[in-house]
Amino acid sequence: MTAAAAPMTWRFALVGTPNSGKTALFNALTCSRQKVANYPGVTVERKAGLLHTVSGYHITLVDLPGTYSLRGRSPDEEITRDVVLGKVASENAPDLLLCVADATNLRIALRLVIELKRVGWPMLLVLNMIDIARRRGIDINIEKLSAELGVPVVTSTAVRRGGTEELLSRIDELATSAAGKSVASTWASPSVSDLRAAQREADRVIKSAVSEPKRPDTVTGRIDGVLLHPVAGLLILLCLLFVMFQAVFAWAKPLMDLIAAGFEWLGVLVHDTLPEGLLQSFVQNGVISGVGSVLVFLPQILILFLFILLLEDLGYMARAAFLMDRIMGGAGLHGRAFIPLLSSFACAIPGIMATRVIDNKRDRLTTILVAPLMTCSARIPVYTLIISAFIPEREVWGFIGLQGLVMFGLYAAGIFGALGVSFLAKHFVLRDDATPPFMLEMPDYKLPQLRSIALGLYTRAMMFLQRAGTTIFSMMVLIWFLASFPRLPAGAEGPAIDYSLAAMIGKWLEPLTAPIGFNWQINVALIPGMAAREVAVASLGTVYAIEGGKEAAEQIGQALAGKWSLATALALLAWYVFAPQCASTLAVIKRETGSWSWMFATFGYMLVLAYVAALITYQVAVALGAG
Amino acid sequence: MADPQPSVDAQERTPLGLAERGFRGRIAVIDAGAETIGASSAETERRLLELGFVEGATVEILHEGPLGRDPIAVRVNNCTIALRRREAMAILVS
Repeated sequence: MTAAAAPMTWRFALVGTPNSGKTALFNALTCSRQKVANYPGVTVERKAGLLHTVSGYHITLVDLPGTYSLRGRSPDEEITRDVVLGKVASENAPDLLLCVADATNLRIALRLVIELKRVGWPMLLVLNMIDIARRRGIDINIEKLSAELGVPVVTSTAVRRGGTEELLSRIDELATSAAGKSVASTWASPSVSDLRAAQREADRVIKSAVSEPKRPDTVTGRIDGVLLHPVAGLLILLCLLFVMFQAVFAWAKPLMDLIAAGFEWLGVLVHDTLPEGLLQSFVQNGVISGVGSVLVFLPQILILFLFILLLEDLGYMARAAFLMDRIMGGAGLHGRAFIPLLSSFACAIPGIMATRVIDNKRDRLTTILVAPLMTCSARIPVYTLIISAFIPEREVWGFIGLQGLVMFGLYAAGIFGALGVSFLAKHFVLRDDATPPFMLEMPDYKLPQLRSIALGLYTRAMMFLQRAGTTIFSMMVLIWFLASFPRLPAGAEGPAIDYSLAAMIGKWLEPLTAPIGFNWQINVALIPGMAAREVAVASLGTVYAIEGGKEAAEQIGQALAGKWSLATALALLAWYVFAPQCASTLAVIKRETGSWSWMFATFGYMLVLAYVAALITYQVAVALGAG
Repeated sequence: MADPQPSVDAQERTPLGLAERGFRGRIAVIDAGAETIGASSAETERRLLELGFVEGATVEILHEGPLGRDPIAVRVNNCTIALRRREAMAILVS
């Protein structure tokens, strides 16, 4: 009796080949905000979301990494295999498989469907992106396809509003009748002849149920003719990266000025309203100067993500991997490593997780080791601050901004550092003669969906604001405390901060950092930078704000320009290219490699690189008269 | 004329890995054979099959990589796959 009253709950799993739109479908069905992109291997972990059907069923939908078969060649494919086969100890096997196929590209998908049928769970085949298939003139006879495969078939367009209505009503029907229909699994890891037979069967089904257009779509081919051109293609890739970093500077400027002015105004307001004393200092110097100096960088981070999201949705990433394969191969990296490394420009954490698509252990480990060298978005605040304070804003050769050029150079330093380290690792530490194959599906170009881009940007903005509100804020409180206590002893001269704990720590580290030109204020800023790199900027903001006293509202960039030599600034930039910072990255390395020693190895090599790079930069700059 | 059909076929077969851009043909055999390819030969064969390289499928080399004309982008029936020439050696086409 109670069972009838209580809503029934089911567990449905989304399975399909990479880039078939599982995550877009998952988002459409559960109103969730997972990351979607037009390249294979976006989902590297399983994610669950709730779906309520019209008849009141509760369905836990599990989004799984894309796979070509259940063989489990790489860590992400193993997740899919284990969930589909019901081998995960902590959870129930799925009640139904929602098998997602790209309607414009059925050959590979149907072979997977034929393999999945052997697992024995009830199945529903979802022909996703049906709108594109229809527009191209691909005519799919749904009834016939369903009859030939012996699996119910439904069409959907995950990215359109209302594109999933038919699917939802079928899910509702299946939820009513799904119980107890599974049969015993006859799945076994497919052999070469199994795969061959399954592909032939899939081709036969396609021949009988699908008619291809007489005039095939040639848009992708024509675009690729330019973008994959041996010379033009590489130049375009370089230009794209270059424009991206110029835009990060140029487009963000007005917005950043606005935010900075807002915080300045807020600081003055607090200064005027609160009585002089500890509270005033805490709110103005600790909270507003600190957090404000990090929040200013939100526009730049969003512009960077806008580019990455657009390129992902467009389908350009697989092309970039194609162009870069041999170049990366020369440095001992796999072509597939390009995508994780490019994600690392946003943040090393998703980048390191994305290495799960690399099946060879050594290749994966090399990629993980060098991923933190890619210039992540948390470095942007540090780079921007120092560049805008020390590098004059002028044009080189008439049209290229010098500041953007230096920024580009810092990114290039990170990239070449990574290539060098991976080359050394591959040839001296992780020696392996067998190079695994590079095979990658190149998806057709698709116009980016405004909604998906907006959702992606929103998610990133919220993540950044959340970090600013939690990690960065608490670090700022700590820094303010260290910089404010103990108070100025009675009768002592000079700025109070010289007697603080922060000064003691910073000065204690000075013998170590003097050869690389760091003063004690920088030393203090480096410590909380371990929690999040951009905190270093906020810490400098707080330290100099407290030290500056009345001119606290003064912008931190101007303060630095007056207090540091150019050599110190350049050394700090060099340090930041390589420094092993951000504890969360180290934690992810520990988790993904399953070993403390690889984490310490990463920390160690990066620390040495950072110190050496800063040392050389500083000493050379001083010798050239920039000290 | 009296020759058995297969031997004529065998003469025309070339590895896809040696073909140039613009080549069109049909897959005769997938055989990773004794080639010393990175992954084991059976594994290479399985991967090629998983991406739709199966006997009888039509292939066309659409693009070549910038360095050493490697990797290649191959149209297999209606899908484009990027792979290195080394693995494409296992695909014999006619």
